Amino acid sequence: MSSLIHTAGLAHTFRTRRGPVEAVRGIDLTVGAGEILGLLGPNGAGKTTTLRMLTTLLPPTGGTATVAGCDLVGDPAGVRSRIGYVAQSGGVDLSVSVREELVTQARLYRLSRTEAADRAAELARELDLTELLDRPCAALSGGQRRRLDIAMGLTHRPRVLFLDEPTTGLDPASRAGLWRLVRRLRDTHGTTVFLTTHYLDEADELSDRLVVVDRGAVVAEGAPAALKERYAGSPRASLQDTFLAITGRGPAPADQAPVAV
Amino acid sequence: MLIHDTALVFGRYARQTLRSRFQLLFGVLMPLMYLLFFGPLLTGLPLGARGDSWQVLVPGLLLQLGLFGASFAGFAIIIEKQMGVVERMRVTPVGRLPLLLGRVLRDAALFVFQAVLLVLAAVAMGLRAPLGGILIGFGFVAVLTVALASLSYALALRVPKPQEFGPAVNAVSMPSMLLSGLMLPMALAPAWLDALSHLMPFRYLVDAVRAAYVGDYTGPAMLYGVLVAAGFAALAVTVGTRVFREAGA
Repeated sequence: MSSLIHTAGLAHTFRTRRGPVEAVRGIDLTVGAGEILGLLGPNGAGKTTTLRMLTTLLPPTGGTATVAGCDLVGDPAGVRSRIGYVAQSGGVDLSVSVREELVTQARLYRLSRTEAADRAAELARELDLTELLDRPCAALSGGQRRRLDIAMGLTHRPRVLFLDEPTTGLDPASRAGLWRLVRRLRDTHGTTVFLTTHYLDEADELSDRLVVVDRGAVVAEGAPAALKERYAGSPRASLQDTFLAITGRGPAPADQAPVAV
Repeated sequence: MLIHDTALVFGRYARQTLRSRFQLLFGVLMPLMYLLFFGPLLTGLPLGARGDSWQVLVPGLLLQLGLFGASFAGFAIIIEKQMGVVERMRVTPVGRLPLLLGRVLRDAALFVFQAVLLVLAAVAMGLRAPLGGILIGFGFVAVLTVALASLSYALALRVPKPQEFGPAVNAVSMPSMLLSGLMLPMALAPAWLDALSHLMPFRYLVDAVRAAYVGDYTGPAMLYGVLVAAGFAALAVTVGTRVFREAGA
């Protein structure tokens, strides 16, 4: 299995008034093609900072990384053209119609006017948004909005899709729908998915492999069952117990959004 | 690619502006009020400048329009940042310069449109000035808008708390207006105030537009105005692009 993401010692130190803060201290990880990788960790562990570095939003202050075959620091434009990113806050203008956002997004990825219109219709079909195309984004429900966010991230058929806390704030039915969608993406398009999550059930249910970070470094990684066996003594142990055994504390409560540093 | 990307970003924000007719006209209200209720006070006064009082006042009002309008352009991007729109665009392959330029050119178009309305109203009030000079005035409004809006977006993306943005902009724009002789020419000022005002880049822009309004296109006022405006705009766009590249927080 070829790797689509590879990092070595990837680090970011924020300069603050109270001195440097090492948000990410050196992360080594490899994500294979077609893999769904869950990045798990308590608040402030460095999940969001890691994701922001891998998506070119934040330049690393140390280490190297290759994403989708391009060097993260040397060729950020190459990385951008090959990855999709869905932020926790989404990224649509609420006053604009669903169609206009999908078309604009496709045009930002340099599709021609006609290609962009076709692609918008195709994405709408694939993500069950066709009926909503002419509504303003503000009129969508939470689950519909999330599907739109993901459609935007898939505009250019990226090889890697980054999802930051994809189901935060969704009702159970929408969450289950989103999980099915992520699996379908991987199964039908071979998309590699890199997601961060607060929810242990989501990590357990969805990920082929988990990477647990704490205090800016990787503290454990492996398939969910393997992690449970190694840290909690049984492959049928709960991920909650496993997580506690790894980090010595519980995961972040869902209502506390991580500080986006 | 630069032009394609810029046109795309410009189109998105121009559509946003066109949807809000309120925004199209609102900015022109304050200078229009100055024109109506302040302009007539000046008609009989010796202003120490060439041309009649309208030729002195209208250039000031044009730049006031740009100064106050464009410095607050950043408010829109604070909202966009919270919705995640800025990040969503920053992960696309679109260049960082077009991300800024598309926005500031929309602002320039908006303020030039408002400037045209203002000048038409001024002509109705009694302004007489050469057409060439009036067009040069619009050019200065456009360049000033590009510069100030770039800095405003940069500040808005960098400011730690949204509520700090307004006071920060006011702290800069109010003294800029007073010290550049926008309302009354600095020729009336005591020597110390005149000297202080030469430290303000806007002073040179106002002097240049006033010179243009009396048909003087080749004097030192125009030369300094063009140099300061171009230098200021180049600096501001560089700063703005850098912030789009790094966009901390």
